[in-house]
Amino acid sequence: MSLEILTFSFMQRALISGVAIAILCSVIGLFLVLRRYSLFGDAIAHSSFGGIALGLMAGVYPLWTAYGVSLASGLIITKIKEKYDISGDAAIAVLLSSGIAVGLVIVGISGGFTIDIFSFLFGSILLVSVNETILILSLTGIILIVVLLLYRQLLYSTFNEEQAKVSGIPVEKINYLIVFMAGLTVVTSIQLVGVLLISALFVIPNVTAIMYGKGFKPTAILSISFSIFSVVTGIFISYIFNITPAGTIVLLSIGLFGATMAIKSMGLLSKN
Amino acid sequence: MLSVAEIEHLTVQYPDVKALDDVSFTVEKGDFLGIIGPNGAGKSTLFAAMLGLNTKYKGIIRFFGQDIRKSKDYLKEIGYVPQKPIFEKNFPATVNDVVKMSLRQESNVDKIDEILQQLWIHELSQKRIGELSGGQQQRVFIAKALVNSPKILILDEPVTGIDQQSIELFYSILRELNAKQKITIIWSSHDLDAVNQLANHVACLNRTLFFHGESDAFFENDELVKQYSEASMQEHMHNH
Repeated sequence: MSLEILTFSFMQRALISGVAIAILCSVIGLFLVLRRYSLFGDAIAHSSFGGIALGLMAGVYPLWTAYGVSLASGLIITKIKEKYDISGDAAIAVLLSSGIAVGLVIVGISGGFTIDIFSFLFGSILLVSVNETILILSLTGIILIVVLLLYRQLLYSTFNEEQAKVSGIPVEKINYLIVFMAGLTVVTSIQLVGVLLISALFVIPNVTAIMYGKGFKPTAILSISFSIFSVVTGIFISYIFNITPAGTIVLLSIGLFGATMAIKSMGLLSKN
Repeated sequence: MLSVAEIEHLTVQYPDVKALDDVSFTVEKGDFLGIIGPNGAGKSTLFAAMLGLNTKYKGIIRFFGQDIRKSKDYLKEIGYVPQKPIFEKNFPATVNDVVKMSLRQESNVDKIDEILQQLWIHELSQKRIGELSGGQQQRVFIAKALVNSPKILILDEPVTGIDQQSIELFYSILRELNAKQKITIIWSSHDLDAVNQLANHVACLNRTLFFHGESDAFFENDELVKQYSEASMQEHMHNH
């Protein structure tokens, strides 16, 4: 059964897209988690809900409008944090509710399209098209190349902004770049787990990997491994038992998190 | 003698207070300058301006003869050790990762081992930074500051919250860096005895600069030391 389903082209697309998104979310999510920006993905995803509703109402491919709204939202959060004395979590909360509110009002005005909206809210990885798979792979490739090229700058400005500035790193530009890449990643990943569960892919594999007490690269590799395991296993299980892939993937991630906590509490991991 | 740093009429005005008022002094190549002053004297404000972290100041700061407003190139020649390294306790970075972040050229990776050995933290290289004691972390931050072979080391009260044994080790490292490697050191401290032992020049700051010169000239002048001690005591009483 498990090998047979690999012959289905929709399953191949789902697995390829899922693995790409798993890698992308782990890598970008690690920088966000370490910057205490864990809910940033959630805020961007919720704001993208407004963009999706806008696209559906206007008859435009909804992810295009979602990309535009998400990137604008990310930049607005960053600007608000810079210009006004508002904490990051408060700025995120404002944006998060604004996106949903805008989406709901547009849905109300349009009087419908609930089925389309549901696929964006909860993900639809088994329905991903060839073009969408190409888009996901292309964006994943581009973002990972940028991360590899600017690895030192991204890591250093995440570790300590002041020290990074003194080392001549353009920290403000790097901050905007991370926001930009996070915005692209969130919208690209909506097809896998949907708007409501996207932050789980950013946060859970990374906090699980951090508990192992390793250096940066091993932590990133562990996080990517956990994420890929959850996504691939989740897609198989959801297909075999005919349950929602998004929920299954996130529950598997939470299972790995719980198992790691149990191992750690037994003293089998580094205390830190 | 070539001045590596020139501070001319530096004034920093915050909304409610003038943090630095018309401060001028120079630092010569090979100096070990101890900057002393009570809490709130403007030491960290001075460093923030010198490191380009605060650009809202009046006056001129030059490094190697060049106005720092015109070029950031001078930062390549500076190693900076902050008062207390701030980072997430669980940050997944080993000592090696942390030092490597500062490395400007990947080809100099061997330099990391060399410096970690020099600072007696080589055996900690694969430990996470958050697992280390305050004294060990501070040595890692010196390693970070030294990894690009800087000409100047700037240290902002670097031994705050560190045990006495680590402080002694830290001071011996600073002495060696200045004496053997000829690194110019600009160091702020509360510890008058340590400044007396280590620094060959002293700048005494309390929003304005009320002394700058050779350390012997300061420490042998009882009136100056008394003035400084009284100012520190007043600030201490004010803060408590």
